[in-house]
Amino acid sequence: MARTDSSAGSPRSRVKPRRDLGARALNIREIVIHGMLLACALVSVLTTTAIVIVLLEETLAFFQEISPLDFFGGTKWTPLFTPANYGVLPLLAGTLLISIVAAAFAVPLGLLTAIFLSEYAPSWLRSIIKPILEVLAGIPTVVLGFFALFFLAEDIVKPLFQTTGLFSALAAAIAIGIMVIPLVASLSEDAMQAVPRSLREGAFALGATRFEVSRRVVVPAALSGIMAAFILATSRAIGETMIVALAAGSTPNLTWNPLEPMQTMTAYIVAVSLGDTPQGSLEFRTIFAVAMTLFIMTFAMNLFSQYLLRKFREVYE
Amino acid sequence: MTTATSTFSGHIRRRRIFAMAFAVLCAAATFVAIGFLGLLLYDVLKQGLGGVSWDFINSYPSRKPEEAGIKAALWGTIWLMFMTAIFAVPIGIGSAIYLEEYAPRNWLSRIIQINISNLAGVPSIVYGLLGLALFVRAMQLERSVMAGALTISLLILPIIIIAAQEALRAVPNSIREGAYAVGATRSQMVFRQVVPAALPGMMTGIILALSRGIGETAPLIMIGALLFVPFTPDGPFSRFTVLPIQIFNWSQRPQEEFHQNAAAAIIVLLIVLLTMNSIAIVLRNRFQNSHRG
Repeated sequence: MARTDSSAGSPRSRVKPRRDLGARALNIREIVIHGMLLACALVSVLTTTAIVIVLLEETLAFFQEISPLDFFGGTKWTPLFTPANYGVLPLLAGTLLISIVAAAFAVPLGLLTAIFLSEYAPSWLRSIIKPILEVLAGIPTVVLGFFALFFLAEDIVKPLFQTTGLFSALAAAIAIGIMVIPLVASLSEDAMQAVPRSLREGAFALGATRFEVSRRVVVPAALSGIMAAFILATSRAIGETMIVALAAGSTPNLTWNPLEPMQTMTAYIVAVSLGDTPQGSLEFRTIFAVAMTLFIMTFAMNLFSQYLLRKFREVYE
Repeated sequence: MTTATSTFSGHIRRRRIFAMAFAVLCAAATFVAIGFLGLLLYDVLKQGLGGVSWDFINSYPSRKPEEAGIKAALWGTIWLMFMTAIFAVPIGIGSAIYLEEYAPRNWLSRIIQINISNLAGVPSIVYGLLGLALFVRAMQLERSVMAGALTISLLILPIIIIAAQEALRAVPNSIREGAYAVGATRSQMVFRQVVPAALPGMMTGIILALSRGIGETAPLIMIGALLFVPFTPDGPFSRFTVLPIQIFNWSQRPQEEFHQNAAAAIIVLLIVLLTMNSIAIVLRNRFQNSHRG
């Protein structure tokens, strides 16, 4: 990172008599610029600190009224009704179910796309497909939510499974899957590209087919990078908001049937903030407790995927 | 002997068939992924193209779907994008320069770097809660463009930093050494040689980050960007709404006519985003060519 260890002004300072006013002004300028750049870099650290403080403060206030046992162990989530129940399990289950279905949909498609791009596609085809995947990655989630509700739910899920309601976890999960395919594909492809050519050539020299090279050499060699991509994609699916807010429905529902409507943690937060719940009330604090749970889950997954990536880089770079 | 040869060639044939089938499978998966984009665009165009007109772009929202338009939302999006750029671009580039050109290899730099990668993965709705507590309540900015821009700035900051770092890393070290050799100080070297060389790459990252920012909905719902705003923002402290929120609002209405409006608004939003993306891709291709040549 740092190209030289001594600062640019220091060799001069050894020759004391020649250190004129101009040089000192230059030195002060260097220090000021250095300080300003450091301040910029610290904004991101402050952001993390602020997120933790804000979430923690409200969550602790919430847990003074509701015991964590009821929150993490309860199977009913009805904080806005009487009798109020504060069991987060239905929201958690909805979130996990939708994320798992989304990952089950996106991971095979994304991985095969990555193998195609890395091992099969000629460079002219790659240069067409990669920007298209980037456009797909750049589609706003509210647009995917619209697509989930008025195409996937209305024209695919409803006629195919003969369901009555429009909202279902399945339509939302497929749309989230579509959202994370480019992420899985591009991160997995990066990992495969980092596998040294010599490994492939060795396998080809032994007479392996392209399929055997991909399955027995490239994918295993890139495995930790690919795993990191999967985890990151699942974490993205857990935190996705607008698709589920539009297409998954708004009833907390403890079920494993993806054809039923269900509410996720993120969709609950949106639903409360759109309503007229007074700020500072216990009902309003629930969204911070839910957001804290969400933050901890995604944070842990992101840290783990970064650990995997770092391990992967150590092997090949 | 003959049986051994025939099982061997049979084995080879089976391996070749597997290899063929797998190649077809991979290609099919790629085209399915791309097909979804085509399907999405087709569906949106089919539902919304009839709704796009000058009146639609130049009318305020209304309770009557046929009179409703996106003027307030479009101007809100433009305001939000420029104010976000004002906050996020200097801080993002500054952070990247610090990390790439100044930071010593110590625990602080490591923490900053790991932290930035983690922030990039924090769900956007969490940023919304931060914006609500910090900008709307603590700094009392109310539900203004300013509060929205600050929130979105924090959200896209990690993306800008990571992209700018990559652009700086792509600048060859010989340029730095050349500048030092003719007596430049570190800041002269950085700001007169390295940053100009990395600028096209940085611009690509900034444009992509901003286009991500104007597509965001959830954090702005959290800070309470109003759903019904029949005016354009007249300053940084004005209330506002943006295109994605307008789309969300219309999609949730029971009346079919509003869904057409939502699709029409999506078309406008996608045109804006695709324009930004193409500029970014053209810039990047130029940049890559200039480095190769």
